[in-house]
Amino acid sequence: MSTHINDTADLQAISRKRDVRRKTIPALAQAGPVSVWMILFVTLPMLFIIYISFMSRGVFGDVVYEFSTESYQTLLDATYFKVILKSLQVALFTTVLCLLLGYPFAYYIARKPPETASRLIMLIMIPFWTNSLMRLNSWLLLFQTSGPVNNFLQWAGIVDAPITFVYTDGLVVLGMITNMLPFAVLPLYSSIEKLQKSLLEASSDLGATPRETFFRVTLPLTFPGIFSAVILVFIPSLGIYTVSDMLGGGKVLYIGNIIKNQFGAIRNWPLGAALSVLLLVITGALIFLYTRFAKLEDMEVV
Amino acid sequence: MANLTKVQRRRKTLGVLGDLYAILIYTVLYIPVVVMMIFSFNDQRYNYYWSGFTTQWYGKLFGNHALMDSLWYSIVIAVLATVISVVVGTLGALGLKRYEFRMKKFINGMIFIPIIVPEIVLAVALLIIFMNVGFALGMGSILIGHCTFCIPYAVVTIKGRISGDGNTLEEASMDLGANRIQTFCRVTLPSIMPGVMSAAFLSFTLSIDDVVMSNMLSGAKNTTLPVLILSMNKSGVTPDVNALTTIMILVIVACMLLSNAVKAALRKRSQAA
Amino acid sequence: MPESIVSLIDVEKRFGSNLVVRKMNMEIQEGEFLTLLGPSGCGKTTTLRMIAGFEDATSGIIKVQGERVENKEPYQRDVNTVFQNYALFPHMTVFDNVAYGLTIKKVPKDEIRRRVTEMLSLVQLTGYESRKPDALSGGQKQRVAIARALINNPKVLLLDEPLGALDLKLRKQMQLELKRLQRKLGITFVYVTHDQEEALTMSDRIAVMNGGVIEQLDTPREIYDRPRTRFVAGFIGESNIFDGVVRAVEGDLLRVECPAGLLTTRGEGFQVGEEMHVSIRPEYLELSNGQAEGFDLPATVKDFTYMGTVVKTALDLSDGTEIKLSRFEQDERLREGDPVRVFWDPDKSVAIKKAQA
Repeated sequence: MSTHINDTADLQAISRKRDVRRKTIPALAQAGPVSVWMILFVTLPMLFIIYISFMSRGVFGDVVYEFSTESYQTLLDATYFKVILKSLQVALFTTVLCLLLGYPFAYYIARKPPETASRLIMLIMIPFWTNSLMRLNSWLLLFQTSGPVNNFLQWAGIVDAPITFVYTDGLVVLGMITNMLPFAVLPLYSSIEKLQKSLLEASSDLGATPRETFFRVTLPLTFPGIFSAVILVFIPSLGIYTVSDMLGGGKVLYIGNIIKNQFGAIRNWPLGAALSVLLLVITGALIFLYTRFAKLEDMEVV
Repeated sequence: MANLTKVQRRRKTLGVLGDLYAILIYTVLYIPVVVMMIFSFNDQRYNYYWSGFTTQWYGKLFGNHALMDSLWYSIVIAVLATVISVVVGTLGALGLKRYEFRMKKFINGMIFIPIIVPEIVLAVALLIIFMNVGFALGMGSILIGHCTFCIPYAVVTIKGRISGDGNTLEEASMDLGANRIQTFCRVTLPSIMPGVMSAAFLSFTLSIDDVVMSNMLSGAKNTTLPVLILSMNKSGVTPDVNALTTIMILVIVACMLLSNAVKAALRKRSQAA
Repeated sequence: MPESIVSLIDVEKRFGSNLVVRKMNMEIQEGEFLTLLGPSGCGKTTTLRMIAGFEDATSGIIKVQGERVENKEPYQRDVNTVFQNYALFPHMTVFDNVAYGLTIKKVPKDEIRRRVTEMLSLVQLTGYESRKPDALSGGQKQRVAIARALINNPKVLLLDEPLGALDLKLRKQMQLELKRLQRKLGITFVYVTHDQEEALTMSDRIAVMNGGVIEQLDTPREIYDRPRTRFVAGFIGESNIFDGVVRAVEGDLLRVECPAGLLTTRGEGFQVGEEMHVSIRPEYLELSNGQAEGFDLPATVKDFTYMGTVVKTALDLSDGTEIKLSRFEQDERLREGDPVRVFWDPDKSVAIKKAQA
């Protein structure tokens, strides 16, 4: 029983073969499909849309493959620029309101016992399993000129004539907030929930009032959650077009609507691509800011 | 009340205020759902204002071919998207958690794009690619679109459930004589099953509720339910759609409650034994 | 000489540029209880994992039952492991956990039932079959892990700090149980721990490891009484170690000069002028007022610590190092700050060669 093949080269070959069997094949089988999918359907399309945004539009709405910055110049036209500004405004407004409404709510849930808290979280999720368009439609029904809200206001003598809510920015913002609130509450909740109670007790023990504790301990420590909420509300709000379609009746136009139209009736792909790139740049900038003080992997997205 | 100290009274007031605030928020979240359900009983061809109670839409909706077709189309896509996303996502979560390779950081970054970037951007980008390579729009393109945002959510959800000692469990299994495939089926998969289940649920709900991808990537012929609803918006959504979505939400909630009850029962059984 | 059950020949393991195990040679005999003992990071767990097949040796040969195992996957090796944190499958009952190895081998159902029942009664867990691991105490999990590893009738059982997560009392109890189990089954145990007391109580032989090298492989008695390196002397039990130079050799008596003074020890194979170490257990230290033959170690009493059964006295030597003396009772005549002289019976101290750099 003496197999003296202590040949280093031989051993290395065996070891390399086992490495393939142990690491390379499983790694390829597991990470392979997702990698291929992401490269094929995320990386390539993203690169291609950037490429298209620098092409020109043909007479019949086709893409002419000649370099041009025309689309980006169009974005600076008063009409488009105004839409971009308004979209930013509405998205910002939605984000701020979601944070202001969501933080106390998340705090309230996070301070409940875990069992209750998970029930309360579940209770937030249930409405979101209802078709989002139908939920928006409900707001439309409520705020019709002859709908329940106007009827009530007139009956109570608050207004004489019905107020026009439908197809206004106000109603669109209401729809945005009710659709986006969970995306603010969930990351806020998980960051507040992680906050150790002993830290708050230590702060209070050291003489801080509840307000001081909040601003000096709670708020800084839950900042990653706040920023996650900002990203998860602001960016989708900026690109969304269903809310403005449903509640704005085609009269309220945001970036999302404009992009969609470039690929529909208007057929100006380079312009649509340029607007998409604009959204990408804004997203990228926010993510870059986020990674300055938190890890992207730690972002609570679900 | 009189015996309470000042601090106790303040805490109590704060508690009540908190409860009231939470109730207010929940009310705002549930109003649209309740209104949607109420208007499914509206005796009126077009849902603009309330004109009387009827249950007729719950019968009639099954005769609405456009509605039923789009529902079926949506369900088929959602089921396929769920299966693909869960398979690719489960493998991907394991691979990205366990192994080191050159592209890993890049792929991890790519996974966040569909989650964060506005959906319209991704939809439009896919549309351009499909048009350029001559890929016909239809169920295939919608499915690819849905999977492209479902897979990242699945990966993230499942990755969160893979515990650090998963490797040890797998080593234990191999130590006891199971080869890699046996180990995957008997140990790895069961131990991340809760994550896989929630990924499946998430993928299904994301897919079935999706408007943007489906709207941009559907062909001329068939369309999903949400796209149909969006197109009805101009003329007014009919009450049979309300009836249908009411049924759908009830089914989903029933499934949730059922699965929770089963989980609780299983837990009880294993503890009692 | 009988063929050893596990042989390690010039085994090395490198993680990147980090050499974790260096040129290790070890023969493990059939039926023995061998412990790999050392501080964390000494390479003991890596050695165990190489035998189990979870890690490949960078170079060298590992044989189990005389057969080389480089080409064998963990599931093809006749060794089983008890993991540090048990690694019980959380989704399976106690029964299914223990039955796992047999289920994989497709053993008939009724035989599985019989053997699992037998195994569970061996580890005193009859009646726990349908529990999930979550519903078990630490000690019970430990028993399940052992039963699960033993059911495959391994030639060698590898145990990676199996008692590390248990509290002191339970650990002591499990030490005895494990030892009895090993005697009863006659299986070779390779046991990894950083707890020297555990190693001394349980093992037939101990391999003391440090920095990827086996410093000494011997019976517990030899390791305790005759440490062969400075590291072993310091790691096993409590020792006072003096670094010095041999000044005179008188038969097997060595006169050693160290920074704190002069001392005498017994030792063979040393030459005048050689650098070496002398180790003496605290219980063998003696104090006097006058000069003892062959010793010149002035010291000052620093403080006393009551340890329950013994009292430890700390003394400062003239070069500033601290040594410890232990007694069952405190010497009433001593006060903090008293000047004393230290000596001992040269038979009780151990002369240790300086390690070759």
